[in-house]
Amino acid sequence: MATIELKRVEKKFGEAYAVQPMDLTITSGEFVVLLGPSGCGKTTTLRMISGLESVTAGNILLNNRDVTWLHPSDRDIAFVFQFFALYPHLTAHDNIAFPLQAQGESRSEVERRVKEVAGLLRIEHLLRSRPGALSSGDQQRVALARALVRRPAAFLMDEPLGALDADFRETMRAEIKRLHIDQNATTVYVTHDQIEAMAMGDRIVVMSNAVVQQVGTPAEVYHNPANLFVARFIGSPGMNLITGEYGDGVLALPGGSRYPVPSDWKPALEREAGKDGKVILGFRPEAARVTPDGALAAEVYAADLHGGYTMLHLSLDGGEIVHARASRQDLYEIGTPVRFDLDPAMVRFFNPQTEVALHRDGQS
Amino acid sequence: MAAFEHTGPGTPVVESIRVDKVSPRARLLRYIRAAIAIVFAVIALIPVYWMATTAFKSYPDAVAIPPKIVFDPTLEGFVNLLTDRRELSVDEVRAFEANPESRCANVDFAECVARGRGQTITGPSQYVQRLTNSVIIAGGSTILSVAFGLLSAYSFSRFRIPGAGDMLFFILSTRMLPPVVVTIPIFLMYRSLGLHDTHLGLIILYTVFNLSFSVWLLKGFLDEIPREYEEAALVDGYSRLQAFRKVVLPQALTGIAATTVFCLIFAWNEYAFALLLTSDRARTAPPAIPSVLGRGVVEWNTIAAGSLGFLIPVVIITFALRKYLLRGVTFGAIRK
Repeated sequence: MATIELKRVEKKFGEAYAVQPMDLTITSGEFVVLLGPSGCGKTTTLRMISGLESVTAGNILLNNRDVTWLHPSDRDIAFVFQFFALYPHLTAHDNIAFPLQAQGESRSEVERRVKEVAGLLRIEHLLRSRPGALSSGDQQRVALARALVRRPAAFLMDEPLGALDADFRETMRAEIKRLHIDQNATTVYVTHDQIEAMAMGDRIVVMSNAVVQQVGTPAEVYHNPANLFVARFIGSPGMNLITGEYGDGVLALPGGSRYPVPSDWKPALEREAGKDGKVILGFRPEAARVTPDGALAAEVYAADLHGGYTMLHLSLDGGEIVHARASRQDLYEIGTPVRFDLDPAMVRFFNPQTEVALHRDGQS
Repeated sequence: MAAFEHTGPGTPVVESIRVDKVSPRARLLRYIRAAIAIVFAVIALIPVYWMATTAFKSYPDAVAIPPKIVFDPTLEGFVNLLTDRRELSVDEVRAFEANPESRCANVDFAECVARGRGQTITGPSQYVQRLTNSVIIAGGSTILSVAFGLLSAYSFSRFRIPGAGDMLFFILSTRMLPPVVVTIPIFLMYRSLGLHDTHLGLIILYTVFNLSFSVWLLKGFLDEIPREYEEAALVDGYSRLQAFRKVVLPQALTGIAATTVFCLIFAWNEYAFALLLTSDRARTAPPAIPSVLGRGVVEWNTIAAGSLGFLIPVVIITFALRKYLLRGVTFGAIRK
């Protein structure tokens, strides 16, 4: 398996950046997810790695070999497309055999390997069908088989589950994850679905507006978002973000609540809070705990029952809505005033001007 | 709990059961539509029918007024078409009149038919050669038009070409000129280039005429083939040309077939330039058939036989490719 290295890789269409210069090192066997909203440059990045798109500047290294200007067929990578791109005029078997034929493998070797990979993906019974006769899930299995059969140095997947039905997506998600673990294949996976990214990635590269926002493990991007974009984009719903005014160790929030800032955050806030003292407080819904003696006051705006828990929409008096996760046993009537507290280990702060996360003292 | 098993309709649903399709009004409308279609088909087929029957009529039957619906079929028209003849001399006519048995003794069928009309065959006519010329020229120019059109259309469809829009318009604009306008310059050019009355000359000319059409039509078809297929082939280890051949071509067959038929029909039917730019060696069938006109009597049965022979090859090819053609005609009208 292979390492992939991007060095100051950028892509411009005309004058506009599709991908601003980015650096990324993917270690052998790693599963890296490129995550971002549509148009953020994640697919362009993937296509540059594959060679289907040329780079404007920078270098791409595969296994320490510079492949920046190599033809896609000379890079030894496999690409899985969102809409499968199975050749409609060939049977599933011939689709899977197609890349092997390019390598000039002998007929018996082709047969052996097609059988092997078909067994791995449990599609032996479909080999004689044409793609048009297969369900979308089976089509994606055949597409995966076509990618696997060559034993490429790396797999590139462009929203491979995007065209599948919701219930089937979960099944395939697990299958791809298992395949990755079994094959220990370096994989770059593009998606706009943050749940998919969290579930599958060893590391996530969050992109927006052609810029890499953060690179980190799922836990890192979830708990320590680098900026407001990542905080909002990761999580469903995203991180609660409230602008408050800092002074004397207390953050004054809209609606009159006064939040006592945890002591380990105070030095950072003293230093970073702008001239007007404005700071953005961020916390995940599960960091909030409804309790009668909580420091923050709000009113129940709506309550969604999720079965395992209840998602509360709480309105601070300033009209701002925050989400809080509550026990499923408690019932909340709309309009009831509630008080809640925040887990001090799980609060985050952001600079409202730069939108960048602040760091506790002692952490960089 | 009783198991409930849904077995679906007891009998296969052959006809639509939608209310708006089986109401008496809808049925009446359907019959009216069918009737109109049949009337149009009959009107369109009458000339073809007239031509086909005339080809098998004797000359008196062909020019009879009122037209004969029932007649004795004869191959006179075809014999006239395929042979050159001279009138029998007075002596020969007398000899056959004296002994009618000898008229068809020891001669082939065609000579027998000719003698029946007071003529004798002096040799084969040039019709077969004209038809062969038509096949060579129409076939050659069609293959070239489709081949060049395919390469050009693929480039326009897949690559970022500076000024592609202008170039495509320029290609199309060659169609806006009535071809007759350029007959004189082309005639002069062909004469000095030595292309006059050559197969190559007409093949080049028809290819030029057809190319704009073929580029545009094929581009439409190629645009519809998602480029992911080629990209998949590229990462699967194939070169651009291999991907084109193995992945794009099989999927473009419909478009290629439709384009082929259109180009073929144009080249097959072209009259004006064939008349002007050929005299003998490369003369095609369209200008040759009516040249029978104006030799004293108009032999309508001969002309009809010639037209029928000219019609058949293109009918066969069009019929063989009809399912592609239908898609070619409706192409662009239906969006996925």
